[in-house]
Amino acid sequence: MAAPSWACQAARIAWKDLHIEGRSREVVTTMGFMAALVVLVFSFAFISGQEVTVGPDVVAGILWVAVLFSGTVALSRTFDRERESEAIRSLLLSPAPRSAIYAGKLAATALIMFLVELLLTPLLAALFSAAITPHALWLGLLLLLGTIGFSSVGVLFSAALLRARSRDALLGALLFPIVIPVLLAASRATATLLDPTASDLEPALFWTRFLAALDVVFVVVGLWSFEPVVMGE
Amino acid sequence: MLSMMSSSRKSGAAFLVGLLLTMQGFFVVTFLVANAPLEKTMGAVQKIFYFHVPCAWLLMLSTFACAGGSLAYLFRGSERGDRLALSSAELGVLFGLCVMVTGPLWARAAWGVFWTWDVRLTSSLLLWLMLIAYGLARRYGGEGGRRLAAALALFAAADVPLVYLSVNVWRGLHPNTKTVSSLAPGMRWPFFLSLAIFSALWGVLLVLRMRVERTQARLVELAITVEDAEGRSP
Repeated sequence: MAAPSWACQAARIAWKDLHIEGRSREVVTTMGFMAALVVLVFSFAFISGQEVTVGPDVVAGILWVAVLFSGTVALSRTFDRERESEAIRSLLLSPAPRSAIYAGKLAATALIMFLVELLLTPLLAALFSAAITPHALWLGLLLLLGTIGFSSVGVLFSAALLRARSRDALLGALLFPIVIPVLLAASRATATLLDPTASDLEPALFWTRFLAALDVVFVVVGLWSFEPVVMGE
Repeated sequence: MLSMMSSSRKSGAAFLVGLLLTMQGFFVVTFLVANAPLEKTMGAVQKIFYFHVPCAWLLMLSTFACAGGSLAYLFRGSERGDRLALSSAELGVLFGLCVMVTGPLWARAAWGVFWTWDVRLTSSLLLWLMLIAYGLARRYGGEGGRRLAAALALFAAADVPLVYLSVNVWRGLHPNTKTVSSLAPGMRWPFFLSLAIFSALWGVLLVLRMRVERTQARLVELAITVEDAEGRSP
């Protein structure tokens, strides 16, 4: 029997993670709850009195900060599963190329995160009366690109942190300095799209392209360095 | 064995010469900076420039040296590369601290605020944070910490142009790359000499720090050998 192709192996690993998640729904619920909490915390901190309008800049910032914080929760939970009964060892012992394992893990994590974001954005729109409908598809694309950029670094770091004692505390500390350009590009583009008075969408286009280029760079570095990083496992 | 010893002695002598020249250089530079012409509008405040810019340059150099060493360690298993990465990351944190202290001091005097989200300020701050993250990964990263830190250094190096570009667009263009070429002739000499001497100091510290790491690795090896020998003979 011929060995399955690289893409097929990556898809199977992603499917395995999504299947586990489909049964337990653990990451979606914890991450979703966390994201909603972050948004609520910001609402309580920023809004006072009867005035509930905050600018599109602030709404975009709140959305992406919520994605970043809840994404860290999602990452550490997806990899905690691999630690139980040494599942990661069996995964790495399989003849699948390491880069396929990385790609599969990345796809599953990004998809789960994206799902939560799709639920989170309407909540945000309702709470802050932000106009998400005029450019809904574009906004969806931005969320997907930002999530891929964030999790391409996050998957690699969480895999390497699997055996560290203080991994949950470390993950955010190591991840955030690297993904600041992702946050910057994504929140700038989102702010332009959420602004109903914006006549010129040129900045959003620039930042979307920038985000796409960033994703390519991060995913390439991730695919390339995943094998040596997890070699010692 | 003999040739190894003589080569290490030779490199030791070269190092000593470098060290003495660097120490000497700091005297000369201090004298030159003190005698450099005063800037028209800022006066003596501008002199922090001779200190600040070399530190910022070394922060940048440290990031790339760290990424280069990490690359060699990750893909070729080079222990020397790993030592280079760790040492330069630590030096980067140190020189970055100098940048972060001298920058706001100057900004307060020149612009009236300690911090603005200027392109250079922001990108230097991010570089510095990445090097601190590298140190955190090394120290608390557990078993996989060394490889994790190396991967972080690679992402940091890939991030440098992206950070610069994104912050540039984020804050609007602040073209001030021409500062150095527009220096008055009286300021140019002290500045470049200061740059050279600071770089030499960085090199000296790097060599010393890498030596400490190598000695430490040898010590661990030796301890293991001794333990093995003791375990074998009852």
